[in-house]
Amino acid sequence: MSLIWLIGKRLLYAVALITAVLVLNFSLLHLAPGDPADVIAGEMGGATAELLAEIRALYGLDKPFLVQLGMYLQRAYQGDLGMSFYYNLPVVDLILQRLPATILLVFTALIFATVGGTVLGVLAARKPGGFTSSMVTLLSLVGYAAPIFWTGLMLIILFGVVIPFFPISGLYNVAKMATGLSWVVDIAHHLVLPSFTLGVVYLALYSRLTRASMLEVMQTDYVRTARAKGAHERTVYLRHALRNAILPVVTMAGLQFGSLISGAVLVETVFNWPGLGTLVFESVIARDYPTVLGVLFFSATLVIAANLVTDLVYRMIDPRIRLRD
Amino acid sequence: MAAVESTTRSPRARRPGADAWEIFRNSPTAMLGLVLILLISVLAIIGPLAYPVDPFEIIWAPMSAPGTTERALLGTDYLGRDILAGLLVGAKATLIVGLTAAALTVIIGLVIGALAGFYLGMIDEILMRVTEFFQVLPPLLFAMVLVTMLSPSLWVVAVSIGVVSWPSTARLTRSEFLRIRNLEYVTASRASGVRQGYIIWQVILPNALPPLIVSATLTIGTAILFEAGLSFLGLSDPNVMSWGLMIGSGREYLLDAWWIVTLPGVMIFLTVLGVSLVGDGLNDAFNPKLRRR
Repeated sequence: MSLIWLIGKRLLYAVALITAVLVLNFSLLHLAPGDPADVIAGEMGGATAELLAEIRALYGLDKPFLVQLGMYLQRAYQGDLGMSFYYNLPVVDLILQRLPATILLVFTALIFATVGGTVLGVLAARKPGGFTSSMVTLLSLVGYAAPIFWTGLMLIILFGVVIPFFPISGLYNVAKMATGLSWVVDIAHHLVLPSFTLGVVYLALYSRLTRASMLEVMQTDYVRTARAKGAHERTVYLRHALRNAILPVVTMAGLQFGSLISGAVLVETVFNWPGLGTLVFESVIARDYPTVLGVLFFSATLVIAANLVTDLVYRMIDPRIRLRD
Repeated sequence: MAAVESTTRSPRARRPGADAWEIFRNSPTAMLGLVLILLISVLAIIGPLAYPVDPFEIIWAPMSAPGTTERALLGTDYLGRDILAGLLVGAKATLIVGLTAAALTVIIGLVIGALAGFYLGMIDEILMRVTEFFQVLPPLLFAMVLVTMLSPSLWVVAVSIGVVSWPSTARLTRSEFLRIRNLEYVTASRASGVRQGYIIWQVILPNALPPLIVSATLTIGTAILFEAGLSFLGLSDPNVMSWGLMIGSGREYLLDAWWIVTLPGVMIFLTVLGVSLVGDGLNDAFNPKLRRR
């Protein structure tokens, strides 16, 4: 099976999944109390029954469920997810405004967690029972048990009151009006606490995972062979062992992308980070269903894309599965 | 005959659970976890009876620090409500919703995973596609959508958490069923002509239980965190005190009154820590060979 065919198949499946999410979204919108006609009528300051019927006919709300679903899908594929009642803007525009901040936060946290976790795990595996190893165990217990939003709040107390070293709210300093490089530095400075909060949970998990799989891999025949042929200890660790030991981390990171986004919702709320998480929080409070469902759709699409990327990364690291499905 | 049997029985032949309990009992961390869970359960059950203060009632000056007044030992929140009363009453909602949600997660995951792993073919294909679909939706976001569209009651919160969390249990159950379904004793019971339902629930499931029990334990911890997250966001019943609600409503006063958000968070932390220590202990107890890690 050629790689292109395989990627094509995966893409087709991704489109099917995206369509399924859209169908779910539409069904939920349909079940939600009140319909767009009521909202439009509300904005006009009330309407008679005839006018409501007219609005429904205009937007196709009087058509059967499946016909409406078809129209919804067609519009969605053209990049139209409806209007936000609350912000009075197209949902897609609203989301695209907020998406970069979320992507910045999620990817910084992901890189911090995977790289940091791997390094810590390898160090811990060199001396099982040693200090680093115990720290990894402790960190993974604490990281799992502490609610992520609470960790964020505790960091705000620490860095907002005790050692005021990092900014505790927002994406950049509005008063500074920084531009160019200092703008980038300002954002990076604001990014430290939210991305640490979000990433440290996963860092704890990945370090434990890396340590466990390193310990397992170090006992395999090919590692013994590598040592027997006189390879440098560092080469054994990094080229022979780590490349195999890192596979579970890649799988896990891919599988957990959805929960990473979930965590981002909480972290953004805590740090007033202007991304999709705060958007969904605001629109949930305002009962702005099109926006809430729009964010659900975009996040699901991000997860689907992340799964595709994970698949490719996995293939790059492990040549054995390259030509298998 | 019975007398002969009892004398020839070797001292090692005990109930299968006995060895596991032996390992569990000798692990200090597992026992610490168990003690934590028991303590918190006792607090949740008898706490509100021993300390009958309404957590919604204003009893003292707002934002009194812990230890500054005898009226409220752990201080008051931004409205002057008793934090200690909140912690005790809040334990109940947090634990009940967490346990219910975890039970639902396990039941849905178990049934779907068992059916997929036992029947394979078309059924497996369909159920796994459904599972993959649910895995694409970020769990907290999906639960937020469900709670918003239904109503913010404890029952809805528990069901929503269950509905979004089951896929990993389903996958684990399926892989255990795939491993066990072709073992000899399963083939033997097939050959003996018993009903399929009997093979699934009475023959395969009991043998798949150890990893499923470990995963179910961890599911309780995750569900408690999930409930806390939703209440923190204000997406739970506002008339029922819970630890997440206390943190969510107190967070605006974070820099002036650290105890309002810190104390309920410590309770959540200790509860989930207890659950996960027990989970790790069970894992070691069921897999003695893997203990080194």
